[in-house]
Amino acid sequence: MAARWFTWLDERLGLKGIYEVVLDRKVPKVNWLFTLGSATLFLALVQGATGIFLTVYYVPHPEQAYESINYIMNEVAFGWLIRGIHHWGATLMVITVFLHMLRTFFYGAYKYPREVTWITGVLLLLGTLGMGFTGYLLPWNQRAYWATTVGTSITETIPFIGPFINRALRGGTDLTTLTLVRFFSAHIWMLPAALIGLVGVHIYLVIRLGISHVPSQDE
Amino acid sequence: MAGDSHDHGLSRRGFVAGMVGFLGGIISVLIGIPAIGYWLAPGLKSFRATRDEWVPLGLVEDLTPGEPKLFSFTRTKQVGWERTAQSYGIYVIKKSDGSLDVFSNICTHLSCRVSWKEDMGIFQCPCHDGRFAKDGSIISGPQPRPLDRFEYKIEDGTLMIHLTEA
Repeated sequence: MAARWFTWLDERLGLKGIYEVVLDRKVPKVNWLFTLGSATLFLALVQGATGIFLTVYYVPHPEQAYESINYIMNEVAFGWLIRGIHHWGATLMVITVFLHMLRTFFYGAYKYPREVTWITGVLLLLGTLGMGFTGYLLPWNQRAYWATTVGTSITETIPFIGPFINRALRGGTDLTTLTLVRFFSAHIWMLPAALIGLVGVHIYLVIRLGISHVPSQDE
Repeated sequence: MAGDSHDHGLSRRGFVAGMVGFLGGIISVLIGIPAIGYWLAPGLKSFRATRDEWVPLGLVEDLTPGEPKLFSFTRTKQVGWERTAQSYGIYVIKKSDGSLDVFSNICTHLSCRVSWKEDMGIFQCPCHDGRFAKDGSIISGPQPRPLDRFEYKIEDGTLMIHLTEA
């Protein structure tokens, strides 16, 4: 019965074809370091799911941000779990992204024909760090406030346009409601939208080009 | 050789596929149940009464028979993480037989505060001129029901009212 349903659907949607192209690919003999990309993707999905759930209660306003997170942590059923996963998943994802980059670099996997994969990967790394930077402000506690103060101040050292960039990031000269709301917007809409697009290209290229083998001694 | 399927029993490929499905199912349940609870939490909480207490207003001996006296106090109401102070106004009238009428000063129309008008001998609401008699009953105006009464008791000469809220 289930098989008949599947055949009916497959005939119309081409599910088997998708499975064969996306998952049932020929791969060279590789090692565990080649799972770092998948691990990163998995963590990104977890971050997306837990992040969506956090917006059920979080309010991006200076008077309520900290209080609403307190509420998530102490009052809401499993709030500590959802936020805990989001918190540690963020840290872990930065680590896996970096290790993934190091593996690609030291195995020379960024070379022809995978240059575009590498470039989108660099943008994904920057996007991930951007997610970390914008997300760090959202609890609006002392650590978040001063970390963002210092972080945005760093842009001021850029010659000529530095002060302008700083003001553009903060939405003014100081860290205010405007800063919190635009960081929230960047964290849940802009950066994720950019990341989803880049991940699409990145994975398309991995599927199209296949993965590189571990370089041998004479290469 | 690893990767070959055996003639009998489970192939390596089948085992891996099964384990992926099995572990994936466990993870889904472990995440899914907390996620549902997370969403429902505040909704389930509101089934319980949030307030049920006896509030002391003052001494009964301070009341003049036949003259409404206004008592007020504040309580903090918490919705989620937001705390708001709510002020309560209570009119108490000692009747000639010694028993008390205890009213909320909140108009039953749109929750404005009524006040006692000594010259007219009525409670008047400033918003839509709703008028209540000294015993809380409706005289005129848009209000749907008489002034709300509180359950009261007297302990050691102190008047206390029963404050309950859903």
